[in-house]
Amino acid sequence: MIRIANGQGFWGDWLEAPVRLVEQGPIDYLCLDYLAEITMSILQKQKLENPELGYARDFPPLIGRIAKQIRERGVTVIANAGGVNPAACAREVKRLAPELKVAVVHGDNLYPQLDDLLARGLPLKNMDTGEGLATVRDRVLSANAYIGAFPLVEALATGAQVIIAGRCTDTALTLAPMVHRFGWREDDYHLLAAGTIAGHIIECGAQATGGNCQVDWQTIPDFANIGYPIVEAEPDGSFTVTKHPGTGGRVSADVVKEQLLYELGDPRNYITPDCVADFTTIQLKDSGPNRVRVSGIEGRPRTPYLKVSLSYHWGYKAIGSLVYSWPEAYGKARLAERIVRERLSQLGLTFDEIWSEILGFNACHGPAALPFPDVPEVQLRIGVRGASKKDVDRFTRELIPLVLSGPPTATGFGDGRPPVREVVAYWPALVPREEIRTSVEVFQ
Amino acid sequence: MKIHLSEIAHARSGDKGDMANIGVIAFAPKHFPVLVREVTAERVKSYFGNFVKGEVERFELPNLGALNFLLHESLGGGGTLSLRIDAQGKTMSAALLRMEIEVAEGEL
Repeated sequence: MIRIANGQGFWGDWLEAPVRLVEQGPIDYLCLDYLAEITMSILQKQKLENPELGYARDFPPLIGRIAKQIRERGVTVIANAGGVNPAACAREVKRLAPELKVAVVHGDNLYPQLDDLLARGLPLKNMDTGEGLATVRDRVLSANAYIGAFPLVEALATGAQVIIAGRCTDTALTLAPMVHRFGWREDDYHLLAAGTIAGHIIECGAQATGGNCQVDWQTIPDFANIGYPIVEAEPDGSFTVTKHPGTGGRVSADVVKEQLLYELGDPRNYITPDCVADFTTIQLKDSGPNRVRVSGIEGRPRTPYLKVSLSYHWGYKAIGSLVYSWPEAYGKARLAERIVRERLSQLGLTFDEIWSEILGFNACHGPAALPFPDVPEVQLRIGVRGASKKDVDRFTRELIPLVLSGPPTATGFGDGRPPVREVVAYWPALVPREEIRTSVEVFQ
Repeated sequence: MKIHLSEIAHARSGDKGDMANIGVIAFAPKHFPVLVREVTAERVKSYFGNFVKGEVERFELPNLGALNFLLHESLGGGGTLSLRIDAQGKTMSAALLRMEIEVAEGEL
């Protein structure tokens, strides 16, 4: 049995979680997931400004902080912290923790060879819209293939204590140590599916241990000290989800079921670079306090393609707000919205969308929101999105004047004009698997 | 009689681009057939009204006593494009749990 923990569900997750995972009990592998779909484009921009950046900057200081425990407790760290510059990330880790052996997985970054791929007739069509990439080629900011567990396994085989990847799948971080330690092969697709689903359960950190859970949330103990998830994996593909004793949160069948359904598409076809996992084969049950046993998982062979995540400059957006108080807060907010829309129209500005919603009324649930009485206050939140930065900027001047010139009791404008933000959009595509060649570089 | 879905199920929602997914999970195995009968893709689409511009697909996971709904074009463009406060659909699960369903007394 091996213990695999996840200490970071996204870049920005709780900084103490991975430290506590290595301090508060035994684990063999510590997985850290840093990359959301849009993160790569931010990192690409940082690298263009400074060739030594472009990775998750939280990661090297974390490794510096837990280097002693990694060494003494024999923990191996596997992270997709490398972003678009895993080698620079590794150099910074070595600077802060020179005694650790670090391995980097290269090969996911397709940005440098994008024109070559297009020239050879790969259209990199948008999986959602079917459009060819040529329409946005000059605005592409990043292009990375999702790599699976096997390139990470190659890195684990070097005996490195810290494995740094770029754009690998979240589930590969958890599956890789199982493949490495149990000797699973590329055609063991039931086993690969089991490890993939274990990865899906823990990839969002504390969402598998009671965070964001709707079942009896009022009684979930000690959120402040919530334990992050640990998978106790067996060579036959079965596993137990748990957390360190004495930590907060809850691991139960209900909690794990909610996480299984999180961001799930077709449950029979959960496609990864390693296999196609079938969520309708999962058997799970409570097997002790804060322990859930998972077994029976089946899968099918991997597809001939890898998914590529591209990002491109779309345009600009800005969102501002005003607060209106009782009485008739809602009516005042709606009147203010009509005034803003009329003024934007008079100015002849062009937007792709003008969206308004009223916090305290229907912003989250829209048409499904409850009818409500005359509430103490609401927040009018109004935003625009468009290709013209100038038009979006002009919009940002149209809210604050209403404090003096619109319906009464407006407040909440203390932050001034809302900022204009660049919109970087996401473009998912497929490439034949053989286009991606990965390699491992060891930093002694 | 009419009850809120929250009396027999819990849920979690999330996003994939401009598509929200809502997983609805029966508290007990005997409630799963009620979910299958009452919480149809058509009902979910009309419940969220103009929030859902595309289709609603439904998948069954009897092994978990769960249904998974995919709400296409339901997040105002999704990801970074969306102007909505809940651009990732994280609260849509709670909204769905307030939906009223029809059950016989013996089904509870």
